[in-house]
Amino acid sequence: MGSYVANTEKQQKEMLEALGLSTLDELFSEIPGEVKIKGGLNLPEGLSEMETIGRLQEMADKNKVFRTMLRGAGAYRHYIPSIVKSIPAKEEFLTAYTPYQAEISQGILQSIFEYQTMLCELTGMDVSNACVYDGATAAAEAAAMCRDRKRSVVYLSATSHPQVIEVVKTYCFGNGMEVKIVPEKDGHTDRDALAEMLSAQAACFYVQQPNFYGQIEDCSALSELIHGSGAKFIMGINPIAAAILPTPAECGADIAVGEGQPLGMPLGFGGPYMGFMTASSSMGRKLPGRIVGETTDVDGKRGYVLTLQAREQHIRREKASSNICSNEALCALTASVYLAAMGADGLKDAAVQCSSKAHYLAEQLSVAGLRCKYDGEFFHEFVTTGEKKAADILAALEKEGILGGLPLSEHEILWCATELNTKKELDRTAEIVKEVRS
Amino acid sequence: MNIPSELKYSNDHEWVKVLPDGTVEIGLTDYAQDALGDVVFVNLPEEGDALSAGDVLGDVESVKAVSDVLCPVGGTVSEVNEAILDSPESINKAPYEAWFIRLKDAEGVDDLMDAAAYEEFLGTL
Amino acid sequence: MELIFEKGAQGRKLSLLPKCDVPEKKPGCERQKALRLPQLSENEVSRHYTALSKRAHGVNDGFYPLGSCTMKYNPKVNDEAAGLKGFTDIHPLQPEHTVQGALELLNLAEKSFCEITGMDAMSFEPAAGAHGEFAGLLLIKAYHKKRGDEKRTKIIVPDSAHGTNPASATMAGYEVVSIASREDGCVDLEALKAAVGEDTAGLMLTNPNTVGLFDKNILEITKIVHEAGGLCYYDGANLNAVMGVVRPGDMGFDVIHLNLHKTFSTPHGGGGPGSGPVGCKNILAEFLPGEQTSQDGEENYHLFRPENSIGRLRMFHGNFLVVVRALSYVLTLGREGVPEAAKNAVLNANYLKHLLKDDYHMAFDGLCMHEFVMSLEDLKNELDVSALDIAKALLDYGIHPPTMYFPLIVHEALMIEPTETEPKETLEEAARVFKQILKDAKANPQMLHEAPTTTPVRRLDEVTAARKPVLRYAFAEATEE
Repeated sequence: MGSYVANTEKQQKEMLEALGLSTLDELFSEIPGEVKIKGGLNLPEGLSEMETIGRLQEMADKNKVFRTMLRGAGAYRHYIPSIVKSIPAKEEFLTAYTPYQAEISQGILQSIFEYQTMLCELTGMDVSNACVYDGATAAAEAAAMCRDRKRSVVYLSATSHPQVIEVVKTYCFGNGMEVKIVPEKDGHTDRDALAEMLSAQAACFYVQQPNFYGQIEDCSALSELIHGSGAKFIMGINPIAAAILPTPAECGADIAVGEGQPLGMPLGFGGPYMGFMTASSSMGRKLPGRIVGETTDVDGKRGYVLTLQAREQHIRREKASSNICSNEALCALTASVYLAAMGADGLKDAAVQCSSKAHYLAEQLSVAGLRCKYDGEFFHEFVTTGEKKAADILAALEKEGILGGLPLSEHEILWCATELNTKKELDRTAEIVKEVRS
Repeated sequence: MNIPSELKYSNDHEWVKVLPDGTVEIGLTDYAQDALGDVVFVNLPEEGDALSAGDVLGDVESVKAVSDVLCPVGGTVSEVNEAILDSPESINKAPYEAWFIRLKDAEGVDDLMDAAAYEEFLGTL
Repeated sequence: MELIFEKGAQGRKLSLLPKCDVPEKKPGCERQKALRLPQLSENEVSRHYTALSKRAHGVNDGFYPLGSCTMKYNPKVNDEAAGLKGFTDIHPLQPEHTVQGALELLNLAEKSFCEITGMDAMSFEPAAGAHGEFAGLLLIKAYHKKRGDEKRTKIIVPDSAHGTNPASATMAGYEVVSIASREDGCVDLEALKAAVGEDTAGLMLTNPNTVGLFDKNILEITKIVHEAGGLCYYDGANLNAVMGVVRPGDMGFDVIHLNLHKTFSTPHGGGGPGSGPVGCKNILAEFLPGEQTSQDGEENYHLFRPENSIGRLRMFHGNFLVVVRALSYVLTLGREGVPEAAKNAVLNANYLKHLLKDDYHMAFDGLCMHEFVMSLEDLKNELDVSALDIAKALLDYGIHPPTMYFPLIVHEALMIEPTETEPKETLEEAARVFKQILKDAKANPQMLHEAPTTTPVRRLDEVTAARKPVLRYAFAEATEE
């Protein structure tokens, strides 16, 4: 059996003696015998470290790691600089709890303050929190921020990630807000339909940029429409695309959220990821979760603290607007290191490369017999359709170690390319697709 | 403890001042601000809100606590004091100038304590 | 210390990406606002974060008895397992047959944690404890709703509960009924009986409770709630005291959440990621969020959506790599190791309590579970030295302070949880420090108001931080392009 208990049996005995006890079980005398476990847990014997890692390696080996990946749909494989892998592994960051004791947590608090600044820069918004669980929960929390006594309907574009829509619906099943889905037209939010649907109870409208199909939405026009109804405008953005697309602030967003995973986090079968949340200054106090602020110590030295805490659950209890405490701090640190390592030029370069490679792939696939379903501008994802079956295409690619796009229907595939995909890989993909019979 | 004689008081430590035009101003007493410690933020109702005596009109935040502020009289909010949003410290520094809201059609002012009664009430705490 | 934006030089950068090997193509609309990110060499990035790491304090830096947070050692083999390519480099939307190992892992984790908790099914979708609470309450809500029993609109929460409990209940659309605890933090049965009724959706409870005592009336408590038609929710925050000894499922609980980042040794990362799996009895399994795993006759694993799922609470499969770490821990401990950890956590808490009890006022006498609460109220009254002052003085000795001012039912509270991974020597040294601080307080109370003096910064002005929030760095206008 493996164990991390520090005390030797001899020490345990000494400690028990000091307490006037003779066995460990006597420590649990307050627990009624009838509820105690009898005969032990039905678990296997514990393992040595060597056996444990061996057992987990076995499981890891049963997963296929694709050499080439052309699938995104909410989780993206980007190049992760070496330094982005090493810094969050530092034990002082890794093994700390939430920075409740500011005097010995300046490193973590300052890193969050820097993170907040970087996210404000990226989105153009005024205030950022220290992050939430993921992009979908960020969208759900943003919707809750917009509720007031008179407005409790959340509008979501049908072009949003289906799982984001599901998460917002689940949160609203809890808090009682009504969810309305705004239909799509040609891969974009149907603005006419939205205009018709908006009511005096509209709290907010959420749109994803680029949307689930990779298409660029006309967010400024949407913003104007929403604000005309008195509701708030929430954008869910891709942080890599944000380096080159108009910022949410420029589009008129009241809240900008998104999935932070592309900023240096591995795919990891879906997590841990992080959701970023930024807002205009007038909405800043409604942000959920931790926020770090600058201040000074008794000697006048600059320092950082968790601030605006009276918004939070540990003080406001049942009146808090969110129950979040643990967030994804280490992921926010990862994102900061990523942004610091990439710099503005590096991030823009990555964004342009993503876009360029996706457009190149779309062209090659059209030569190979597929066509883009939508005509609009896209960033690094696009949907193809054609006579060939998606399942056949993906099976052929898988044989060659390529994870093709996400099948959306019998003939439709959502593709994604990033800076990691080389021209050679993209050409090879098109060749394989070409050979698939329709 | 400062207890101006011209004001009325509730046992939840709010003060009420009747203005010449009949509207009333409501704020927190010196005793309340002292017990709360440094006030860092205030949440206020909206103009036009109808409040009954005993309703929560808003709350005050200190660094590690939040406390409801109850409306000592009934009425309709005619004005909220945006200035205390920008400088919540005024609640600590000058509690009887830092009014929270003004109410029109106020009801129940006569049920409140006068300064002497409030002072006596504080003595019992 | 300088901020990262105050370092570097215009044009300095790392060389990370190759030249683009296809023609450049980007959307027509472009951002107008300049993007101001740091411009540093890799050396500078590395030194900046290394300097920050030296101004942080983790479990590996020293004793961390932060009550209710279970700051035990985070084994390295867990991190190694979570770093395996076969886990880190798989896409959450890969076809099932290419992620059989990941599904097997989730399935094994579900079986293992269900066994430890006495539950029948578990979802790993919730990303943290609070998220798990929210999930659990939605299961309760879906259960009553399906039965057409929609008058159940209230959740009962003892006043000794963590703040997340009432906040979660509100998020789930419930009205919170707070019931006063007995002086020892245990549930007042009469108060509970008076509170339950046909509007009761459920009760949320932590056992051992937040003062570190096991509520021995637990079977009676869950019975009262069940008889009123409500369900019982177990907050797993304190499971480290009793895992392998007693199971929430056997105490009458219907739904629970775990904190894998507390009880099951996964690192907390300075505030997250955590993982807050929600487990339940069969009656609630059909409502679980997200996707569950199953195994077919040919030993292949599949994902399926529970029939009446409350929906998704997060995208994909939760904080998968945290689950990998937690399973690694359970595989290592096994059937004997799990209760051994709990027993030693309780032993360590009682031993430290024993060492301190003659000097500090314990909020409750007798044996405690994995943590205990001291009250500094007398010291505060006599010398004007508060729980906060004692906590800050500990910083100068390299000890992370206990949880302060919680639970709310104890005045000037310090809540201490040593965990099982600390040796006797550490406990004795900590006791010596606690006693020294008390001596200093009595000799010179002012000295404690000044503490800490050796940390990178000293006590910070939280009032100004909240009154005039500065929440981001303000770039000098000159750098605006």
